[in-house]
Amino acid sequence: MNYIALKMLVDDRAKYLGLIFSIAFAAFLISHQCSIFAGLMSRTTSQIKDVTDASVWVMDASVQYVDEVKALPETELYRVRAVSGVEWAVRLFKGLPTAKAADGRFRTAILMGLDDASLAGAPRNMLVGSIDSLREPDAVVIDLAGYRYFYPDGPLELGRELELNDRRARIVGICNASAPFQTFPVMFSRYSVAMNYVGPQRNMMSFILAEPKPGVPARELAARIGAETGLKALTGPAFGWATIMYYIRNTGIPVNFGITVIVALIVGTVVSGQTFYIFAIENMKHFGALKAIGVTDARLTGMILLQAALVGFIGYALGICMTTVFFLATKDIIHLRGFIVYGEIAAGTFFIILFIIAIASLLSIRRVRNLEPAAVFRG
Amino acid sequence: MNIPSPKLAVRCRSLTKDFGSAETQVRVLHGLDIDIPLGGITMLAGQSGCGKTTLLSIIAGLLNATSGDLSVLGNSLTALSKKEAVLFRRRNLGFIFQQYNLLPTLTAAENAAVPLLGDGVPLDEAVGRASTLLERLGLGARLHSRPAQLSGGQQQRVAIARAIIHSPRLILCDEPTAALDGKTGHDVMQLLAEAAVEPDRAVVVVTHDHRIFDFATQVAHMEDGRIKSIETKNQT
Repeated sequence: MNYIALKMLVDDRAKYLGLIFSIAFAAFLISHQCSIFAGLMSRTTSQIKDVTDASVWVMDASVQYVDEVKALPETELYRVRAVSGVEWAVRLFKGLPTAKAADGRFRTAILMGLDDASLAGAPRNMLVGSIDSLREPDAVVIDLAGYRYFYPDGPLELGRELELNDRRARIVGICNASAPFQTFPVMFSRYSVAMNYVGPQRNMMSFILAEPKPGVPARELAARIGAETGLKALTGPAFGWATIMYYIRNTGIPVNFGITVIVALIVGTVVSGQTFYIFAIENMKHFGALKAIGVTDARLTGMILLQAALVGFIGYALGICMTTVFFLATKDIIHLRGFIVYGEIAAGTFFIILFIIAIASLLSIRRVRNLEPAAVFRG
Repeated sequence: MNIPSPKLAVRCRSLTKDFGSAETQVRVLHGLDIDIPLGGITMLAGQSGCGKTTLLSIIAGLLNATSGDLSVLGNSLTALSKKEAVLFRRRNLGFIFQQYNLLPTLTAAENAAVPLLGDGVPLDEAVGRASTLLERLGLGARLHSRPAQLSGGQQQRVAIARAIIHSPRLILCDEPTAALDGKTGHDVMQLLAEAAVEPDRAVVVVTHDHRIFDFATQVAHMEDGRIKSIETKNQT
């Protein structure tokens, strides 16, 4: 009977393709929008993720997320270093100077000022040049996307000069950095050099990066620092989540994407449900004949579920493929780079599609189960 | 509950059937008595609305009688559970419908194989058996044709094949010639009489078409939900 079910479905080309398209459309919209949302949220934490050599971020107690910095006095660095379990602790500056190229192009840039001695927090994926070159005068390392904004064509060249807040900055390295939320160029310099670019202020230290001694868990060290200094201390992942939650709570981004996902869910359910229901209605006299012949309700239910599962699976696979192809096609476009279909999103989309086809088939199953087989004699 | 009546396919006594309830209740069958023997074709004839199709549906177990006794192939259908009734239909009954009710996406052979597939016979074996039967019925060249590619007479031959492929003991036909011209209808009845009538099997035909009465062993004329007369024809 499975064979009959599949032939009934597949040979009705228009409805078969309509069902697959509606489910593929829903799967594409859901997975695409969720992936972009997740990607954007991930971008908000890009500077946190790119710091791989320190486990704990220390900041003013009032700081809510990475882009809202309240500078700390230098004395806090020594207090943190004094906490038991701290292997090392260094300064980190994060500021937003204006970068300008010789041809007049300019952008606000994210400047990360790294500890002069250790360069802790430096990018690990250098494309051209060496991170040690940061020790040269006025040296900065810029991320590839930023470099391509200022110099769209030609090979990657070192030694080019930019102005950061009207002061000379020489590019000594080009790195791959995670795409930031604002799509600004990301630059790295020594802490002392960064001070020159942003001008003197009373407090300049944005964060303190700390690493626990061997055997001390990062979370425990963060708790100790918080308790002993009154500062906020979070592990990298915890700071990342705090940043993401800030954006979720305080921006319309999740509402916007959420509405799109809900619309996709509704449209997918209604269109596929209606098409599937019409398909079942049009086959009602055949289902009636099968019932009269002696096919059980359970078997007919199985046939409908098989049909729904087939279109659901094909539609889901097509939708996920469309999303994947979209992200593959746009991976080299600077402002769209870094978006991927997360495994969790693919799995979540699968369960949503499962829900859609369950609703779609439920109406048809109900109709078929309530079908009076004697109706088959009434034509 | 088994009712011993070995030579009868169907035995109805005081059968009534009401539709609706309270003020809207309509009695369609009024204490109807009929015996349908094995080994022949019994036709139920009468005007539209006289209760022929309702009686056929009750014999098929697709409708329940309101009151009275009904025995089909020695079984009281009212004593069977819903699941047992479905199984009983699958194993013992064959159906031929006025509009053929062939599945449009299946080939002739696949359509004829449907009762076997429903009983769990593997696809290849079921289609093979259906093909052999269709060849016997003169459709050897159209095994792979879909219903839309067949004439009305050919479709009804496929329906006959579907009705007999699982060797049921009772075949129920609802106006099998209504959608066919006179000659094709005659040919279809000829085929039905040759292929379906066996000593241990009964065929019940609901019809308006008096031109096919010659194929019957008995014709029950119905009027207003009652058997008006039973005419015994050529015995086989």
